[in-house]
Amino acid sequence: MTLDINKIRKDFPILQEKVHGKDLVYFDNAATTQKPTQVIDEMVKYYYKYNSNIHRGVHYLSNKSTDGNENARKIVQNFINAEHLHEIIFTRGTTESVNLVANSFADRYIGEGDEVIVSELEHHSNIVPWQLVCEKKKAVLKVLPFNDNGELLVDQLDDLITDRTKIVAVNHISNSLGTINPIQKIIDIAHARGVKVLVDAAQSVQHLKIDVQEWDVDFLVFSGHKLYGPTGIGVLYGKEDLLNEMPPWQGGGEMIKEVRFEGTTYNELPFKFEAGTPNYIDAIGLGAAIEYVENIGLDNIDAYEQELLAYATEKLSSIDGLKIYGTAEHKTSVISFLVDGIHFYDMGMLLDQMGIAVRTGTHCTEPIMQHFGIDGTVRASFSFYNTKEEIDALYNGILKVCKMFVH
Amino acid sequence: MTINEIQEEIIEEFAGFEDWMDKYAYLIELGTDLQGLEEQYQTDQNLIKGCQSKVWFNASLEEGKVKLEADSDAIIVKGIAALLIRVFNNQTPEDIMNADLNFIDEIGLKQHLSPTRSNGLVSMVKQIKMYGIAFNHVK
Repeated sequence: MTLDINKIRKDFPILQEKVHGKDLVYFDNAATTQKPTQVIDEMVKYYYKYNSNIHRGVHYLSNKSTDGNENARKIVQNFINAEHLHEIIFTRGTTESVNLVANSFADRYIGEGDEVIVSELEHHSNIVPWQLVCEKKKAVLKVLPFNDNGELLVDQLDDLITDRTKIVAVNHISNSLGTINPIQKIIDIAHARGVKVLVDAAQSVQHLKIDVQEWDVDFLVFSGHKLYGPTGIGVLYGKEDLLNEMPPWQGGGEMIKEVRFEGTTYNELPFKFEAGTPNYIDAIGLGAAIEYVENIGLDNIDAYEQELLAYATEKLSSIDGLKIYGTAEHKTSVISFLVDGIHFYDMGMLLDQMGIAVRTGTHCTEPIMQHFGIDGTVRASFSFYNTKEEIDALYNGILKVCKMFVH
Repeated sequence: MTINEIQEEIIEEFAGFEDWMDKYAYLIELGTDLQGLEEQYQTDQNLIKGCQSKVWFNASLEEGKVKLEADSDAIIVKGIAALLIRVFNNQTPEDIMNADLNFIDEIGLKQHLSPTRSNGLVSMVKQIKMYGIAFNHVK
């Protein structure tokens, strides 16, 4: 099926905006995606008509909001094909999901001298929580490296694992380079050695269909706002037996069964890990976003975004002095680049003047920058609502900037 | 010239630019022309760390006047540093301390250079003012 991009673009009000008097070209989708009216309207509807604190309420509104929240959980469950509804924990986002697992998993399973493996391709969010935990537990953090194309050296994973390794935390897709990592292979290698795996899917759920049961992954984490949903809502999927074994992370309302000063008992999954008033309106928004994406179809989205990636790669590569960082065989629609003699910050600022939004800097992946010996890149990341004409605008914009620097 | 006279001069210069391209082309020119700092002065101590670009300021006091030099890895940022040097170089510590900086707003740079840590403009001004305070103390 070919996507009707003009029709899709009408679903996103912000794409009609002007920036510095020019048509907005939004190529910062790996940082956050824009929201369709279907998501915005659903959230507004709940605030207008049904808002009430959820769970344990006896009245009509509370039941409506609770239904909305739990329906969203159901949508997420189906979206990633989790076996059980209670394996879906709502969090604030990917970062909080990783922190939850790092802390709670470590409390139960990680001791002095144990090992955690992350990859050199990780976002800081999937490095620092593990560093903190390793420091606290006197455990060791080990790193799986990548090659100059930005591909993980998965063949080294088996050698990196020892009988002290407890968990491998790795992203599905690199936010800086767009590399799609061979997750199934990583899980198979780790599981063969009895090691658990956490997959950071913040950059992949919006591009590729994920089936947690097929992967047999232990933990999967992602955010709502990169999936065309609202900010402030994220997901932690964990296998039932692990989540049951792990202690609560934060204490408060919702997560308890009985509170006594002599000792408190905890609620069942998923509520054990959802302390405090849940962010139910954003959960409902996330549910609407997933339905929107599924209506278009992830296969269609992937096919079209691959087309954009190929087109942009070819165009940008033709620019004199432009170098693309991240040339893996399997990539999503992310292009990180630098132009000889032009600082990424200058490039980003001048493109902004032309209405083109790109991200510049380290993209919260300093180890990747260190690998390439650079301070940062310009990153253009495409979504299914972007067009080839917009890529032409970026191409022409870069040429214009290059011209400004030739003096 | 006083700090305010120099600011007025800069505002007048920028009023002549018709569009953003001219304005930024001028900043690029200023950045390219600014001599910069020798490597020995590109130290962590002189570094003003923004998230995106590095800026170094080196200051000294000569005959009661503050001497400023700067460098950056990003040319536009270096161009902005050049403007700041033009305003503050050879002024007394006291004048620097008390200066009311309005030219950044007036030349329409502030809307593009928001006070985030991304460009360090705010940090640059703060650093220069700190030099003013420090030199005023020792003089």
